[in-house]
Order: sequence, then C-alpha cells, then structure tokens
Amino acid sequence: MKDMDLEVHYVTRVEGHGNIYVNVKKGVIERCEWAIPEAPRFFEAMVVGRQWNELHHITSRICGICSIGHTLASLKATEAAMGIQLGDQDLKLRKLALHAENMQSHILHLGFLVLPDLMGVGSVIPLASSHPEEVKTVLRLHKLANEMSNLICGRTTHPQRLIPGGFAKLPTIKELARLRAKLKESIPDLQAVAGLIKKLASKLPDFNRETEFIALTKKEEYALYDGDLASTDTGKAPIGEYLSHTNEYIIPISTAKRAKHVRDSYMVGALARFNLNYDKLSPMAKQAAALFGLKPVCHNPFMNNIAQLVETVHTVEDSIKLIDEIEAVGMQMQPDYYRPDIKVKAGRGIGAVEVPRGILFHDYMYNQRGVCTKANCIIPTNQNHANIELDMKALLPKILDKPEKEIELNLEMLVRAYDPCISCSTHYVNVHFV
Amino acid sequence: MKPKVAFFDFAGCEGDQLQIANLEEEILALLGQVEIVAFREVMKEHSDDYDIAFVEGSCTRLLDEDRLKQIRKNAKLVVAIGSCAAIGGINSLKNYKDLDDVRKTVYGDQGKLFDTYAARPIDAVIPVDAYVYGCPMTKDEFLQVVKSLLLGKRPEIPNYPVCVECKKNENICAFDRGQYCVGTVTRAGCNSCCVNEGTICWGCRGLVDNPNENSHKEVLIKYGQTVDDAIAKFRLYFGWQEAKR
Repeated sequence: MKDMDLEVHYVTRVEGHGNIYVNVKKGVIERCEWAIPEAPRFFEAMVVGRQWNELHHITSRICGICSIGHTLASLKATEAAMGIQLGDQDLKLRKLALHAENMQSHILHLGFLVLPDLMGVGSVIPLASSHPEEVKTVLRLHKLANEMSNLICGRTTHPQRLIPGGFAKLPTIKELARLRAKLKESIPDLQAVAGLIKKLASKLPDFNRETEFIALTKKEEYALYDGDLASTDTGKAPIGEYLSHTNEYIIPISTAKRAKHVRDSYMVGALARFNLNYDKLSPMAKQAAALFGLKPVCHNPFMNNIAQLVETVHTVEDSIKLIDEIEAVGMQMQPDYYRPDIKVKAGRGIGAVEVPRGILFHDYMYNQRGVCTKANCIIPTNQNHANIELDMKALLPKILDKPEKEIELNLEMLVRAYDPCISCSTHYVNVHFV
Repeated sequence: MKPKVAFFDFAGCEGDQLQIANLEEEILALLGQVEIVAFREVMKEHSDDYDIAFVEGSCTRLLDEDRLKQIRKNAKLVVAIGSCAAIGGINSLKNYKDLDDVRKTVYGDQGKLFDTYAARPIDAVIPVDAYVYGCPMTKDEFLQVVKSLLLGKRPEIPNYPVCVECKKNENICAFDRGQYCVGTVTRAGCNSCCVNEGTICWGCRGLVDNPNENSHKEVLIKYGQTVDDAIAKFRLYFGWQEAKR
C-alpha cells in the first residue's frame, strides 16, 4: 500500500502562486488540497474613496493578463450606476477588445503553458529549437491578438482608450480593414495549431466529474460582453441576482475566496461557455469542436483546453464579422481626446463580462459626487478554486497506482486546464505532497 | 557562457512578465543572449543559480521579505520590473487606509487571517541594481535595460518629466482640456503613451528625482485646480514615494 507526501509549492506555468498538498497513508488519501498563498492585494478596499472615472484604471491592475476584461467589467458597472448608454459602434468595438484579449490569453495558455505538457517538456523554451515552425505559428497568432488589442485599446496590457461612456480614441476604418485582412490570413495558422493539438489530444486524461457550469448567455450571440446569467443546473437568471449564484466564502488555507451555488462547487470559463452556448458558436468554431468530438455538456475539465481553442476560432471569425458590420453602416469618428458628457449620480451598478477564465463581476456603489463607497469584485478563478479541488479529490484515487511523478504531472495538468489566474484571485499556484 | 536569468513575482498583476511573452519573435533573440533558469509563470524547471533576477510586484507582507532576501543573496544583479516593484505602485493606495479596516472590507471578520503591511517597492527591503518603470513596463525599455546590463553598463533612464515627451508628440495639454494630469512630475520614458491615446498621465512611472513642485503649483493655480485634486491623483502611484519624502 502506497505512502505519499506530495507538496507542489507554486505550481508552474500558471498565472500566480498556488500549492497542491497530497498526503497518502497506506493507500488511503488523508489530504488532497488546493491552496492559494498569494499575497492578497485588497482592491475592493483600495477603490473606496476614488472617483468614478478612475475605477477602471485601478481595477485593470487586478490582473495583467485580463486587464481588458477587468476594465470592461468595471466600466459596465460604472455606466450602469450612472445610467450611461453606449452607441452601437462603441459596443461592437468593445466586443472586439474582449475578443482580442480572449485570443491573446487562450493562445498564450495553449501554446506556452499547455503544449509543453502534451509534448513532454518543462516549458516552451526547448520547443523553440525542437519545433521552431510550431512555436513560430503560436507566436504569430499571439502577436496578431496583441496587435488587435493595441489597435482597439491603445495598449495590450492595461488599456488606455476604454473610458466611461465609450472610447478616448478610435481606430480608423482603414486600420480595422487591415486588421480584418490579417485575421483572415491567420486562419491557416489556427488550423495548424488545431492539427498539432489534435495529434496530442490523447495525452489529455479521460476524466469526467459531473458539475455545474455557469456563464453568461444571450439569444443573439455567443455571450461574452453581456447577457443573462445561466447555469446548467438552474437555468437563466438576471445579472442582478449574481450574489445568489456566487456565494463567496473564505477558507483559512487560502488567500483566495471560493464560491458555490447549488452544489459544492461550479465551473466557469471556456468549457462552461461552450456547454451553455454551443449553438451560438461560429461555423468554423463548431468544426473545430467536431474535430475533437467535443459536444455539450462535457464534464471533462481537461477539455477546457480544447474549448479555448474552439473559442479562439470563434473569436477570429466573429471579429471579422464585427468589422464587416461596422464598415457596412460607416464608421462614425469623434473629436480627439474625446470625453463623453456624463452626469454623475449616486447609485449601484453591476458589470458582468466573460473574460478568458470565466464570468467576472464588478459591483460598485457611488455617492452623489461619484465617489465609490463600496466595491465587490468576483473573479473567475475564485469561482473555480472549489471545483479544482473537488476534481483533484475525484481524480487522485483513479491515478493512485501511477508513479509519483506522473501523479504530480496529472494534478498539475488538471490545475493548468483551468488556466487559473491567481493574480486575479489575489494573485498565485504550488503542489505540496505533504 | 550565457548569463543566467530568473524571474520572480510578488504582489502584482504579472502584467510585466506578460510583456516578456509580448516580445513575440524577439523572445527568440533574447533566448540567444541569456539562459532563463527560473520563470514560474512559463517553465517547470527551477534553479537557484542565476546572475540576474528580475522581480515584479510589491512587498506587502513580512513573510515575503525572506523570499526577497534569498533572491538578493542568489543574484549578482537584481532588477525591479514594473511600477509595483520599482515604486510600490497602485498597491500603495491601501497605505492611506487603516490596514485592519482594509482586511475587514475584503475578508470580513476573518480579516485577521490575512497578513498585510504597507505596500512597498522591493528596494525598501533589498538593494536593487536597476529599474524598469511603468505599469506595465514597456517592452522596449526592458530590452534596453537588459542590453545595458549584459554590456556591463548602467541603463540610461530619463530623469525629466513626461511633459517633455508629450510636447514633442504635439498632444493637446490635458490641463488645457480641463483635466488633471501628473505628467508634470512623472518620470518620462513612456513616450507619453497614455496621453497619446487620448487620456492623461496617471503617474505610473513614479516621480522624477527632483520634481519641480513650485512649477507644478503654478500649473494648478493657472488652471484653477486644487491641491486636493493633485494629492488624490498623486496617491494612485506615488504613495510610497510620497510617504518617504
């Protein structure tokens, strides 16, 4: 009978610091935990006392990888509180901003963080010499996503152009058309990445554990920028009811909060969106899903990687469509250094956005001077922590007869499949077998 | 032999390390010059044998000081990357609040479980050899600092305000547009990137070494802005620097 003390301190190739603790005595699992030791950053306290036109700038700094998503959730919350409506063109541009970030983040995760596991190496660095063409393809797609962020947001990380009520500066229609041409040219690269991952997909463990999935949903489109709240267990609900879904709680071993709804845990992210909104995916994205036999509702968390790939295809196709639509009605330009006229008022506003790792909520209270008096931010990775740990507990008995190194790798791959963003959730990943 | 480099992060958003990935093809060129031996965000391998340590994030609790000191012991050169590590950055917003209240606001009655102290740049804990400013740091400046260090030179970082670059870029001054801007006292080197995109300078690169406070006050008076406006904006990024002054 096996004894094992496994302690993975700071799981690598994830964003932030997290630890895995596993303790097995005579074949009996005594401990199997997922803990976050990251230094907490207290954003919800830091924004109190700050002005309505600064909150998106501050909360963008919660996470470098999903800074566009945080900025958008923040702006939506502020705009809801102040009763600000956006024009159709601004909405389309914001959707492009979100697509750019999802593509950047998904490609970074698949190409830099997941691919090394599938190819049996410790990082992408050796792949640069052993598989230069594949690495260059990934880099090209990553660069394109960043060019798109730059064009729409004025910067890739911590965007500048996105402001309450719209944009401080707009791309020109010529720039958008050039971007569209590049997006079209990227399709063979996407196919190459899909082909490469397809060849390696058998390395993803065949592991299923039934859980609840939560994401935004919308009748008209694959919901990312807005929509209603949807659950595979309880159906649709308005965004205003989000607190009854997230139910955050604190455990002493982690600086990151956790969440649960009707079960002990739920999952958010690409797989949750795929499971809830498959019908709304673009045609090529559905083809990509079919290549991997991925169908809703899929309960294998490792398939979140594949759902990210499917979403990347959707992003490219939908971005082309959005630019077509902007072009068709004619791009409306605005004065330089544009600042929408906003009447500051007191109130509460909630902003919910699908960011790379799942649904993100920002919820603010403002006084009549536009000063924030209360803030609540619920981060996708926090919503996933409990689900990750329950997956670990379900997976471990199935792989207990394997060598310790392989168990460690499988548990790390499980964590990585969620693409956790711990900076966000406070900020860290480690595995401890104790 | 190629110099060995390592990346570490403390309290921050990892947006600066992301700029390494955002180097795109230039990463391959960088890998030709240095050997990366530790970078938790992208590699499983880890070695404590390195020449240059790049550190992102602020130090926000006592228990992180030992890790920083160990990095200092292992490295020949320590480089602070990004605002949080270089100047304390946005994390220092919480330094103006009662830290017990801050913990309670976020974690409720379990706040006491979560250790925290005033956010500070890493040079408040260990000596630092070079700085890459910015939130996030710019890729170009990072490469420039790396090149200088590899050549054994001191990196040249501007010590004049963002206004100089902003004027060169022919932006309309934020004050003339009725907005408050901290570009008058903020260290240049970003090519006034935020103003170029239609907004203001938020001060993410920190104060220049000798900010001209009198001239800044003149600007405030000229445009009818109050000292309170100025102090509020200073606090976004200058918290630690202001406390030290």
